[in-house]
Amino acid sequence: MEFALSEDQRLLQDSLKGVLAGAASLDQIRKIAVGDAEASSALETALADFGLASLLVPEDAGGLGLGLLDACLVQEALGYHIAPSGFLVGALAATALGSYPDLLNLIAAGEARFGLAATEMTSRRDGAGVSLAKGKLSGKSLLAMNVEGATHLLVADNDAHLHVVEAIKDVVQMRTIDKTRAFHEVKFAGSKPVASPETGDRFLAVARLLIAADTLGAAQAMIDRAVAYAAERQQFGRVIGSFQAVKHMCAEMAAKLEPGRALIWHAAHALDIGDPEGPVMANLAKSYVAEAGTFIARTSTEVHGGMGFTDLVGLHYWYKRIGVNRQLFGSPEQARETAAELQGLLA
Amino acid sequence: MKLDLDPEYEAFRAEVSDTLAKNRHLAPTSEDKGYKNARRIAWQKLLIEHGLAARTIPKAYGGYGGEPDILKARIIAEEFARTRTPGPMAGQGISMLVPTLLELGTEAQKQAYIRPTIEGEMIWCQGYSEPGAGSDLAALRTSAVEDGDHYVINGSKIWTSTAKQADMIFCLVRTDPAAKKHEGITYITFPMSTPGIEVRPLVDMTGSANFNEVFFTNVRVPKSGVIAKPNVGWQVANATLTHERGMLGDPNATKARFLELVTLMKDESVNGQRLIDNPLLRDRLMKLQSEVYAMQANGLRITTSRLKGEPAGLAGLIVKLNGCDLNHEIARLAIDALGELGILYEDGEHLRADGSWQWRYMYDLGLIIGGGTAQIQKNIIAERGLDMPREPKLAKA
Repeated sequence: MEFALSEDQRLLQDSLKGVLAGAASLDQIRKIAVGDAEASSALETALADFGLASLLVPEDAGGLGLGLLDACLVQEALGYHIAPSGFLVGALAATALGSYPDLLNLIAAGEARFGLAATEMTSRRDGAGVSLAKGKLSGKSLLAMNVEGATHLLVADNDAHLHVVEAIKDVVQMRTIDKTRAFHEVKFAGSKPVASPETGDRFLAVARLLIAADTLGAAQAMIDRAVAYAAERQQFGRVIGSFQAVKHMCAEMAAKLEPGRALIWHAAHALDIGDPEGPVMANLAKSYVAEAGTFIARTSTEVHGGMGFTDLVGLHYWYKRIGVNRQLFGSPEQARETAAELQGLLA
Repeated sequence: MKLDLDPEYEAFRAEVSDTLAKNRHLAPTSEDKGYKNARRIAWQKLLIEHGLAARTIPKAYGGYGGEPDILKARIIAEEFARTRTPGPMAGQGISMLVPTLLELGTEAQKQAYIRPTIEGEMIWCQGYSEPGAGSDLAALRTSAVEDGDHYVINGSKIWTSTAKQADMIFCLVRTDPAAKKHEGITYITFPMSTPGIEVRPLVDMTGSANFNEVFFTNVRVPKSGVIAKPNVGWQVANATLTHERGMLGDPNATKARFLELVTLMKDESVNGQRLIDNPLLRDRLMKLQSEVYAMQANGLRITTSRLKGEPAGLAGLIVKLNGCDLNHEIARLAIDALGELGILYEDGEHLRADGSWQWRYMYDLGLIIGGGTAQIQKNIIAERGLDMPREPKLAKA
């Protein structure tokens, strides 16, 4: 028995973090947030060179054939550095399109870039929703991810079935609290799917797990920043980290987050080996880490005092990353309801 | 990442399961109460003989004499839980004194105490905390003054569980009042029948006396009871304190309670609706499940660290804080789910689960405080896990 990361997995995460420390430094992220195309493309190129696109594509389709645990480690690093990236959507596409080798080949070669319009899989609001009639998709989807520059779109219809369509032009950006990641409203007027994969419970479970891994990274960054700030900032003639009131806030953050890391590993491993409990664990992981992350986003800001509230320190980028992630692919309440349903606990 | 076990261990699991099935009829039942119940002692001896208790204690001292093996220990615990077979005896003598003796005791001490303790014939209590020395344990003042081959002990201890039943006590006393706080303490054992010892039960919020106060008035005890040597008691005690904290917050025990809660919420109805069909209660249940699963996964991580001989770091430091809190929250949801009937206690026809949920809701609060308070745990997590600075010492007035 060994419940730990392999040497390769640690290396993967460390080397990615090395890349992100440069291409996704806070200065670069600030530029991306105000629409600096150069900074965006520098980050994109760095991640493409790292080979993220082909990570989850099976080897026989030209990819690296790594698993969800590896994907979670990548997503955690991206979250830690609040780096915008198409990795999550690409990873979802790669896991969903197992029976479409042509599309997988394109993903591995970096020629297909996927967007995702699946918000309505968990929540339909304001008349949104995509229906399939006579083999064509019509309707609209809110808060679609990774749409800019996408060649393909993974779309969920009103029955939660997935389809792949070619890029859609009728899109309008939706402004959110998170300026680093773009979200769009997408309109479908009779798009013909080029693929319709069957994924069952697994798709949403994987999506929720990856977003949990992103929050894990962002929350860990907020803890690290709080601990570092508390070691420097002085009040009443001593560093504030020596006051128990501050120390206990940091201990509570660490105590809440650390088991979430193990739960994500466990859920990813369970999904990787096809353990039937995998989807339950993934949904519980989304709930657990979203709740811990929300607590940490607030508490780390408070440890920074007034400075935490300013743009100067930039902590708000992580606060917003965690806040957005909490809602993506369904709230913690929805993830818990899914977990209950998967266990047959609903009447 | 590899969670399945090698064939050698699967074979071991089958062997344990088989032993338990064959001997199950000899296990004590709820009728067999009390510390020196003959059936319980016989069961304990049988478990030792089969390597299911006192597994790593040398044969010479009455143990099974097995090699330390974390996975085998885990499998044994899992099999007892899975088959709901009464497990080996626990208690402070077995879990804290015996490991201390094995590490630091003299040959005579090992010979005299280990066998009867692990066989359940000798009961121990622990004399650490004092009215003025709780979280600041090293401030303890119970004094031991030399008198020839003896020490004369005066003072008092508190939070002493099983003091009424105990044959022996292992105790921290101050032997050098002039030394620094941590340096004048001695770890000593002596019989509870020694003249001058008075035990007063300490009734707690559960309504029963789970702990006691112990008073020493001119208690003369032989120096041969000292473990290691005089004035190093702080180091001796620390070896076993780590052990005690490891026991509190065990995620497998928490999972068992969680499963009882799921059963309760499936079986009980209010206004014709199963409790689990109430979306608010179900959401709380699922939230607790996410925490139970997280602590279980965290436990796997700790086991792997131990197997590799590496420190478990933060994953290990948080177990007592999180685990005890989670147990308390599980009991709280059970009571809320039972609603008005959740306040029933002790006996009566409408009482559920013998009142154990209310008992746990109170007792588990005791465990949040005991064994190092939640606040002390947070200091430890911050200082050892996050490398944060210690509280500066006040200048002496």
